[in-house]
Amino acid sequence: MTQERREIVIPSQLLGDIKENKAGRGTFVENGIIYSEILGILQKGSEYINVIPIKGRYDPLVKDLVIGIVEEPMSSSWLVDINAAYPALLHVNEVPWDVDFGETEKYLNYGDSIMARVLQVDQEKKLQVTLKDRNLYKLKGGYILNVEPQKVPRIIGRKGSMISLLKKYTKCRIFVGQNGRIWIDGDEDGVNKVINTIKRIENESLSFGLTNKIEELLKKDAKDVH
Amino acid sequence: MNSEIKLFEDGKRLDGRKPDELRNIKIEAGVLHRAEGSCYLEWGGNKIIAAVYGPREAIPRHTQNPLRAIVNAKYNMAAFSVEDRKRPGPDRRSREISKVISEALENVILLERYPRASIDVNIEVLDAEAGTRCAGLTAAAVALVDAGIPMKDIPVSCAAGKIEGQVVLDLGKNEDNFGSADLPIAISPRTGEILLLQMDGHLTFEEFEKAMELALKGCQIISDLQKKAIMEKYQSKTEGN
Amino acid sequence: MTITPSIKKGYLEKLAGEGKRADGRSFDDYRKIEIETGIVSKAEGSARVKIGNTQVVAGIKIDVGEPYPDSPDSGVMTTAAELIPLASPDFESGPPRTNAIELARVVDRGIRESGVIEVDKLCIEPGEKIWIVFIDIHIIDFDGNLFDAASLASLAALMTSIIPIERLKPTLEKLQEKFPSVKNILNEHPTDYPLPLKTPPISCTSVKYNKSIVIDPALDEEEIAEARLTVATDENGDIRAMQKGLKGSFSVDEIKKVIKASIDNGKKIREQLYKSIGK
Repeated sequence: MTQERREIVIPSQLLGDIKENKAGRGTFVENGIIYSEILGILQKGSEYINVIPIKGRYDPLVKDLVIGIVEEPMSSSWLVDINAAYPALLHVNEVPWDVDFGETEKYLNYGDSIMARVLQVDQEKKLQVTLKDRNLYKLKGGYILNVEPQKVPRIIGRKGSMISLLKKYTKCRIFVGQNGRIWIDGDEDGVNKVINTIKRIENESLSFGLTNKIEELLKKDAKDVH
Repeated sequence: MNSEIKLFEDGKRLDGRKPDELRNIKIEAGVLHRAEGSCYLEWGGNKIIAAVYGPREAIPRHTQNPLRAIVNAKYNMAAFSVEDRKRPGPDRRSREISKVISEALENVILLERYPRASIDVNIEVLDAEAGTRCAGLTAAAVALVDAGIPMKDIPVSCAAGKIEGQVVLDLGKNEDNFGSADLPIAISPRTGEILLLQMDGHLTFEEFEKAMELALKGCQIISDLQKKAIMEKYQSKTEGN
Repeated sequence: MTITPSIKKGYLEKLAGEGKRADGRSFDDYRKIEIETGIVSKAEGSARVKIGNTQVVAGIKIDVGEPYPDSPDSGVMTTAAELIPLASPDFESGPPRTNAIELARVVDRGIRESGVIEVDKLCIEPGEKIWIVFIDIHIIDFDGNLFDAASLASLAALMTSIIPIERLKPTLEKLQEKFPSVKNILNEHPTDYPLPLKTPPISCTSVKYNKSIVIDPALDEEEIAEARLTVATDENGDIRAMQKGLKGSFSVDEIKKVIKASIDNGKKIREQLYKSIGK
């Protein structure tokens, strides 16, 4: 079995030439040469050269699903921590309730967790989120696990394959926020299994054949498999 | 304490090094649990930890720059890191070193990515033996890469100096106290640009050229060590199991 | 400031109700403890202690100083703690905040009140010169239970410290010109010798949340703690110091249980400490 190696690149590493490729994500160009600007995995396609980050803060994109923690209720909005470089604003117009001026604490208070969506990211990186959607709400009970935001795609898996496996074998409700926060709810054993499995995926995120390996492990542990 | 101390004996320095030889350097990336990026570095008798937090919204508000991030590098020496205990807290020397390190780092970090934010770099010297600012900057650079901060290069720092009329690389213990010149520099190794330069003592123009040459060579060697340390941390995770 | 989601509190309390902790430990277990001494060459004594992910470095510097006027024949000890910004996103640089000061004072008290450092053996010239011992604590990585990590690091550093006769010989020789009795000290100790110490007490910290009491709180547990109790015990299982913190309260029974757990763990930690310094 041939082991392909994912190539790790570091800032200032020479990746290519703009005569042959286009500079994609995670790269910069100087004098016609394409360099990496971050610690990441090289993705060299026929057209674009990209570097996928391995570390780093969550970089919010509009429409991202995130798990936020309310930092401060203000008179007609809340300041929400979404694990980005900046806090996000949730305006009273963006929640499903009718909130009177100064009554924000009655609905969301310091420490409350919410499943929200990124609404806007402006030029100065001022962030806004919204709760106005059937799938978005205040979270109750369960457990929030913090993972490195860059590992989220691995935890979700291609077309959700990894997360589906987890849900199937543990019967837990799992919501993965793009910002590296994961909400888990279910019976204690199930929750522990999800936490341990996700921690494992985090550690081995760069290795190959992970999905199959995880499936095998979950199968072995499962008492009833459907 | 001998003020008649001889710094050279049979062409070798006090610790046995040749004039163009660096002290032993050991670098390890990602050593702390809370910090977003970190580095532990040993350089001769120096022991340094660097940690990076951020980017995060700059506080207080008035320090925010709407167009880019600011870099707050803070260099601090532990009270027990020097022979005569140092009073805890920043003194004028640490503030000056913090400033020149911040400026060197600001040159290579892609600051426009994070308007209104600050990138906080903390450098702690646990054991000091000449050249702590060079070691500190070198460690800070590795911690920044480890934190996933976008940069156009990984800065590296090294010093050269003059002892008993001869220009040497990387002044060590006693050499910086009894030498006649000290020239710490930091560069962007990809381009060779100078990001930090300080000098005190007395050098002729030719001596300066020789010192620069030595320091630049030293920087390239240390740059390889930085890169190796980063790859060592992350390469092992890519092997298929 | 890093915020703790209220969900976390609920989860930890639920687990505690079933006698469990988030990292799988029992209520009376410590995380893995690592002790390493002699790590800073410039210090007269040094140690690095890890309890779980919490990491503390303590350094001891010893110098010649003046005694306090009310104890002219006694050496002096002073303790400082730095919650350096590198240990946590919530620590800022600048003058020590209340937490750093409290930490230093609690560690200091534990060492001072128990007479670990034999200060009466640290006199150079009565009323004029004594040995002064500086304990400096540096928190490097913060994941809960700084008290115990800082205490342990300080003790390990002290137990491997030397009085730096060699380094300070010029100072001592000069003193001899003014105070001839200093000659006796140099005769008795012509070179570096171990700092005179008595057997140290070991500090154990517990916290209470929602009626459950756990020892060696991890950061998560510290964040939701209502009350905290630190108990220092000696080699005979006797109590040498206690400190309660935070707004909540303890019943007398709860305090007794904490003392028992502290005696048990104190014994284990003491064994590990002695082993690490080669005793």
